[in-house]
Amino acid sequence: MSAPYAKLPAWADYGLIPLINLAVAFLVAGLVVMLVGENPFRAAVILVDGALGRGQNIAYTLYYATSFIFTGLAVAVAFHCSLFNIGGEGQAYVGGLGVAVVCLAFDSILPWWLVFPLAVAGAAVFGAAWAFIPAYFQAKRGSHIVITTIMFNFIAASLMVYLLVNVLKPAGSQAPQTRTFVEGGHLPKLNWMLEALGLSVRSAPFNLSFLLALLAAFLVWVLIWRTRLGYEIRMRGFSPKAARYAGVSETKIIIIAMLISGALAGMMALNPVMGDQNRLQIDFVTGAGFVGIAVALMGRSHPAGIVPAAILFGMLYQGGAELAFEMPNISRDMIVIIQGLVILFAGALEHMFRPTLQAAIASLSPRSMGAEARQGEGG
Amino acid sequence: MDFFHTLILLLDSTVRLSVPLLLAALAGLYSERSGVFDIGLEGKMLAGAFAAGAAAAVTGSAWAGLGAAMLISIFLALVHGFASITHRGNQIVSGVAINFIAAGSTIILGQAWFRQGGRTPSLSAGGRFGAIELPFADAVRDVPILGEIYSELLSGHSLLVYAAFLLVPFTWWVLFRTRFGLRLRAVGENPAAVDTAGISVSWLRYRAVICTGILTGMAGSYLSLAQNAGFVKDMTAGRGFIALAALIFAKWKPVPVMFACLLFGFLDAFAIRVQGTPLPLIGQVPVQFMQALPYVLTVVLLAGFIGKAIPPRAGGVPYVKER
Repeated sequence: MSAPYAKLPAWADYGLIPLINLAVAFLVAGLVVMLVGENPFRAAVILVDGALGRGQNIAYTLYYATSFIFTGLAVAVAFHCSLFNIGGEGQAYVGGLGVAVVCLAFDSILPWWLVFPLAVAGAAVFGAAWAFIPAYFQAKRGSHIVITTIMFNFIAASLMVYLLVNVLKPAGSQAPQTRTFVEGGHLPKLNWMLEALGLSVRSAPFNLSFLLALLAAFLVWVLIWRTRLGYEIRMRGFSPKAARYAGVSETKIIIIAMLISGALAGMMALNPVMGDQNRLQIDFVTGAGFVGIAVALMGRSHPAGIVPAAILFGMLYQGGAELAFEMPNISRDMIVIIQGLVILFAGALEHMFRPTLQAAIASLSPRSMGAEARQGEGG
Repeated sequence: MDFFHTLILLLDSTVRLSVPLLLAALAGLYSERSGVFDIGLEGKMLAGAFAAGAAAAVTGSAWAGLGAAMLISIFLALVHGFASITHRGNQIVSGVAINFIAAGSTIILGQAWFRQGGRTPSLSAGGRFGAIELPFADAVRDVPILGEIYSELLSGHSLLVYAAFLLVPFTWWVLFRTRFGLRLRAVGENPAAVDTAGISVSWLRYRAVICTGILTGMAGSYLSLAQNAGFVKDMTAGRGFIALAALIFAKWKPVPVMFACLLFGFLDAFAIRVQGTPLPLIGQVPVQFMQALPYVLTVVLLAGFIGKAIPPRAGGVPYVKER
């Protein structure tokens, strides 16, 4: 798709363009704020203060960011294989089942540091399993992964409600949720890390899975850019024909990429289920799977971009909650709009400013455009 | 006779439940046949439902509601077109974006303007598309079987229901019997050929997405002005995706689209009907299973177990003119 556009210098491609796209997205969001009769600048100040103003708020911001790092990485790995995994929401939901099964089985007999690796495995296996069927159908039978993963989100929602109401709910309880895990099913909080920096945190759900998310980001970088498998994934994403010619099994690569993607999405469940609520609840994912799409697009599918993008969305979630207190007209749903605008401007309209920018840079310093520019214009 | 009466009621609610699916699926048909994939049907329908509810509440006129719904849906369709036709962006990404923008802004604007927790005010009769009694519906009610079919099943629906079913042959006629339709289908299969013939690919595709906007606006209006008396947040509840599924199920053809939508509508009606009552032979079916059934069916179909669904060849691919 980049074919009709000439190359820009790297700093413009990876730095300037995403920033411009993001700025436009927030500008339009500001218009929506004006439309409901509030001052967008005051809203921005409240939002940033609500996200970063106190240690407590920073802890919450990082708690939300943890979930988005996982789901953003999940979308990104699939993107590299040119697969659009829109099913992160469902994979995370089913991943929560994996976490819950492990925690319910072992929480009273094992300490948390033994339950944790099992829960990670449970989350990853369940998430990957939920991604497997769409992956298999895409690879073997050519059904479109976007549609199948959307369908699997709905199927996951029905399945989980059924399991929670009919199977997992403890006898005599009304609420559709599992019993609360005991000690072994609780992840330690990381609030002490912020307190060590001199910030005060009363109580926040910021927990160990944040470090796991950072580790996952590093491992995804290693996988995609430093291993043979990653090379094959990118090759199939860039040109399925070239991959086939080079002897890469397309079926295998599609399925493997989607399994990794599903496993990452499933691991998102560790954060809320084991790190915060300590039980499996209905709808605990609350859209984090979809936020992952915006995060991956904004971070340009690179872990070094995904982590800051996830933190930005964590800020929006936490700051948005504070904003809802101050400005009753602006509820949490404002985030959904911003998310949509970011996906629109950083994703679908990513090329909008490219020709203008290209002309501007070319006229300012023709040499920085290099040979590609002339080729692109002439070709 | 009792069984027959139940069947009629079931089919009657099938019709009602399949109409929003039908309108949305026909909407998607225009866009996708022209080579622009649209997973933003859900969002456009939701925005349309909100605009319809809001405008009808303010003006008291259902027609003003329908007009507002069409305008906002066309606007969103043009945004989709701007991203995917003019700027050659990823059509799936653009559709996802529109779904989120619609989901968020209908709640925010609804709360800011009407302060009823994201609802629009309840509409009176004038603000809605009420039931239309077909002639002699009352007179023939007592005629066995045929009378009941006529007066219960065919009569007593809102204008939009009849419009939706009339749009099926109309769409068939437009796509397969007019010059516009021929070009629209051609541009979805081989845009380069259309371009060579001196016809603008972009303008054709823009007209196709405008058609999509009009029809999703109608689908949204049906939800908030006919099926319900006002907009409720998230009221599309995934119907846009089911419509998309129906479209694929029907292999992008108008008449099969109608049958696919009726099938999904029937499943929905059946699920509501049997909720909590055990079926013979099978026993009690969990309601969640019935809810998931349309999605499962779509997955099975897409995997090619019930015939093969082949999308328009140029679908999802932005057209780049050769230079």
